[in-house]
Amino acid sequence: MRPPSVGALMLGLVPFVGICFTVRFWDRLEPRVLGIPFNLAWLIAWMVLCTLCLWAAYRMENARESGGHGTR
Amino acid sequence: MSLWVIVAIVALGTAIGFLAGRRREMDLEQWTVGGRRFGAVLMYMLLAGELYTTFAFLGASGWAYSRGGPSLYILAYISLGCVVSFFIMPRIWELGRRHGMQTQPDFFAARYGNRFLNGLVCVVGIAAVIPYLQLQIEGLGIIVNVASFGGIGRAPAMVVSVGLLVAFVWASGIRAVAWISVLKDILMIVAALAIGIAIPHIYFGGIGPMFAALLHARPGHLTMPGATKNLDHTWYVSTVLLSSLGYCMWPHYFASAFSARSADVIRRNAVILPLYSLTLPFIFFAGFAAVLIVPGLADGDLSLLTMIRKTFPAWFLGVAGGAGALTAMVPAAVLVLTAATLFAKNLFRPAFAPTMSDDRVARLARIMVAIIGIASLGFALFSSASLVSLLLIGYAGVAQLFPGVVLGIFWRRATAAGVLSGLVAGIATAASLLLTHHDPILGWNAGFAALCLNFGVTIFVSFRGSAASSEFAGRTDEPVGWQFTKHHT
Repeated sequence: MRPPSVGALMLGLVPFVGICFTVRFWDRLEPRVLGIPFNLAWLIAWMVLCTLCLWAAYRMENARESGGHGTR
Repeated sequence: MSLWVIVAIVALGTAIGFLAGRRREMDLEQWTVGGRRFGAVLMYMLLAGELYTTFAFLGASGWAYSRGGPSLYILAYISLGCVVSFFIMPRIWELGRRHGMQTQPDFFAARYGNRFLNGLVCVVGIAAVIPYLQLQIEGLGIIVNVASFGGIGRAPAMVVSVGLLVAFVWASGIRAVAWISVLKDILMIVAALAIGIAIPHIYFGGIGPMFAALLHARPGHLTMPGATKNLDHTWYVSTVLLSSLGYCMWPHYFASAFSARSADVIRRNAVILPLYSLTLPFIFFAGFAAVLIVPGLADGDLSLLTMIRKTFPAWFLGVAGGAGALTAMVPAAVLVLTAATLFAKNLFRPAFAPTMSDDRVARLARIMVAIIGIASLGFALFSSASLVSLLLIGYAGVAQLFPGVVLGIFWRRATAAGVLSGLVAGIATAASLLLTHHDPILGWNAGFAALCLNFGVTIFVSFRGSAASSEFAGRTDEPVGWQFTKHHT
């Protein structure tokens, strides 16, 4: 197992940007999504998006690892 | 009625705990890391079980009720903690298997080989676990007290459940915990969905109308800083970072990771776990509804249960109370198990009895389960801190281990001297800021400020002291991460 690839790390950084660093842009009440204030709806959406990012990173790391074994 | 439902659920959970450990040789490895044989599903239940604690059940709704906007940090840090865990924990697992690690200080010992650092890591781990444990026991007292309509006092509820807890951890170790988690998680999800959907519908005719009414009555409550003065966006960013970096630094999280069957199991878990927090917003809904329905509660942590008691029939209060009681007991069991193992294996044996056998360490750990359980019970009986603030204290401490772990894996030049000085600086800063009530400091979470200092000191001393470190540790020239790379390529 090697250190994580740059691509996977970038995918890991995406949720940090969406959930954490951009708070000042999405911490607002309008527009409401299905009646839920925007900031709450944003964080709920990111629970799903975060899993998608990690899933992509998982695929990437797995492909890399099995590729590495193949060339050995 | 509700009382008997609670008793039945707790009895069922305890029975599962005892059955889980039956017909297995309980040596130290089996007791602490389940013989390293946990597959994806059981592992998922174990980690989710530790994640979904009384903190989520009562503390999150309590902060949604009393603080408003800043409570959103709880919805943020779990997902990001999973991201950090995805990149770090598979490597920790590999190293754990190669070096036979069972605890977090085992990792520090293999990587840095410095007994002062190891002792400090143990002390930090145990000290951070105790407020977390106290949180669970306090929560348990609240749940059983409210759910039994005052029929069981808080103190007796805490005493009985600590007794049960010590008994099943004693008998079955971590296997007990994983299997009780299964029951507890099913009950919790059902209760959370029922509460979060039914309460807005009954009182407001839907989730949308509830928020419309809340925005009308308390316009500032739902954005930061909400009902507080100083918990704004800076606090949010620093607290989310502190909590997500500290998320997998808990000693019990390490122990859980070691009980996985493979590194892949851990990775897949990190991918799925953010979805598990999708039930958390429902608990927030109940906390927000309580702002309008039962305003003016002195203790926000009571808001969820007060709403349930006001809205639902007694048997449902019993189900929610029973689920809540298990929600406290499962993590408390893990915490007490970990702290006891740390004490016996990594603190007592190296310092006082180097020749002690593993069997005797296991016996000492079991005795420590009882002692630590009773100590935390004592803290819980005589304290009144809010549940979220207890968890934040624990995080401020445990996150200080992050530089030592992450640099230990990915940076070959990190030295024992560097990590030790960083850790001392971080802990001293965090402790002095928290004890003098300077949290947040200039808008920043005090634990996060301490973590930044810790990182800086660790890197600075490691750079300066590469030569000086050789007297500390023979093993730093060949860090474990490096050995591992060589091994596989």
